[in-house]
Amino acid sequence: MRIAVLALQGAFLEHEKMLRELGVDCFEVRQLQDWQQKKDGLIIPGGESTTQGKLLRDLGLLAPVREAVESGLPVFGTCAGLILLAHDVEGNSPSAPVPPRLGTMAMTAARNAYGRQLGSFHTEAFFKGAKCNVPMTFIRAPYIMKTAGNVEVLASVDSRIVAARQGNQLVTAFHPELDADTHVHEYFLKMIKNR
Amino acid sequence: MTNRQELNRNLAQMLKGGVIMDVTTPEQARIAEAAGACAVMALERIPADIRAAGGVSRMSDPKMIKGIQEAVTIPVMAKCRIGHIAEAQILQAIEIDYIDESEVLSPADNIYHIDKTQFEVPFVCGARNLSEALRRIAEGATMIRTKGEPGTGDVVQAVSHMRLMQSQIQELVGKREDELFEAAKQLQAPYDLVKYVHENGKLPVVNFAAGGVATPADAALMMQLGAEGVFVGSGIFKSGDPAKRAAAIVKAVTNYNDPKELANLSEDLGEAMVGINEHEIEVLMAERGQ
Repeated sequence: MRIAVLALQGAFLEHEKMLRELGVDCFEVRQLQDWQQKKDGLIIPGGESTTQGKLLRDLGLLAPVREAVESGLPVFGTCAGLILLAHDVEGNSPSAPVPPRLGTMAMTAARNAYGRQLGSFHTEAFFKGAKCNVPMTFIRAPYIMKTAGNVEVLASVDSRIVAARQGNQLVTAFHPELDADTHVHEYFLKMIKNR
Repeated sequence: MTNRQELNRNLAQMLKGGVIMDVTTPEQARIAEAAGACAVMALERIPADIRAAGGVSRMSDPKMIKGIQEAVTIPVMAKCRIGHIAEAQILQAIEIDYIDESEVLSPADNIYHIDKTQFEVPFVCGARNLSEALRRIAEGATMIRTKGEPGTGDVVQAVSHMRLMQSQIQELVGKREDELFEAAKQLQAPYDLVKYVHENGKLPVVNFAAGGVATPADAALMMQLGAEGVFVGSGIFKSGDPAKRAAAIVKAVTNYNDPKELANLSEDLGEAMVGINEHEIEVLMAERGQ
């Protein structure tokens, strides 16, 4: 198994480290040429979604990545990755053009939903995918305001949706790559194996 | 380390591989965000103008910072003077995402830095070498940057700081465990942080390049030397075509190892900031706060 990690900006090394700990091979995608390699899944890391979205578009990656996800490539987006996958996003700058994103998952995400850095927090909550509690680190995080279609809610904190799945797409508003617990990544690997 | 400090280190991790740009107006902040900045540094005057104006340089007007916070969704940072606890408290009160306790402003205290462990908001501090970096981290800084000479457009100092830092880190990695106590003494830094660097081969916090970065090539150079991201101050809004230069530097940081792409990015950017070199300036800001 080989997983592509989008490495345009953000905390991609942390995902790579976790995959290696789980004995899974991965490679970085920094441009179109990297994307051509064979892959079994894609991780979109935390970071700034406006930066990553713009780079996806400018580097000619937006259309091919969207196409791959729409045709079933398993994808896991954390924080900024969740925003990039969301079909609708609230909380964009009123004065700026809406930043580009993949928009493949049937949900509405609220950007910076917990406020600025002072609103960042750590907690533990039940993750349905592993049927146990997992540590959750939220950094200027979004959450999912509403879902549509066949989106399955996998975790909620204070009755706000913070993890969900729709077929081949998995998203978390928190950062499992920042904590030592590997349950969420293992769940994603299982999604790939059962594809 | 507290939970809050951990979260603050985590925010710096999210900025990695990105470019943090100095902006002085909401309009510039929007240009920076649209160009792909991962954060902006709100300040009244960019370092080149601070240098030109002389006199005492202080924290920016909170109203001006709030205007920038309202203009963008990316994190907003702001500078306070070295040792100026009250300025830091004010920035925390307006919920700034990161405070830069910065030598670019006039120091408020010639001996003591702020005890950053007493704050909820995160701090980034400058460091010319491992010794300064570890002292700032001990004081609670959750992100480090080089102290390249700001407002000059001359990257030479950022390069020497980054090279020195990396070689000092490698030196610690190569030491025997029983040599670390003496190393801590020499570095004038806490033993536990020295031990961390010895074991992990890196700082316990994210390390960015700052000061004098003016071109995509400068940014790529700093990334190749081990920076985890780049601050660009005067280099963008003192240049001929800020939006284009800003976008090119963002892409250069992502693809810093691809010379062909860097060549494309370096084309036709208009005039770079004029720049002055370190021998032509009267105030070496990097000497402030050691």
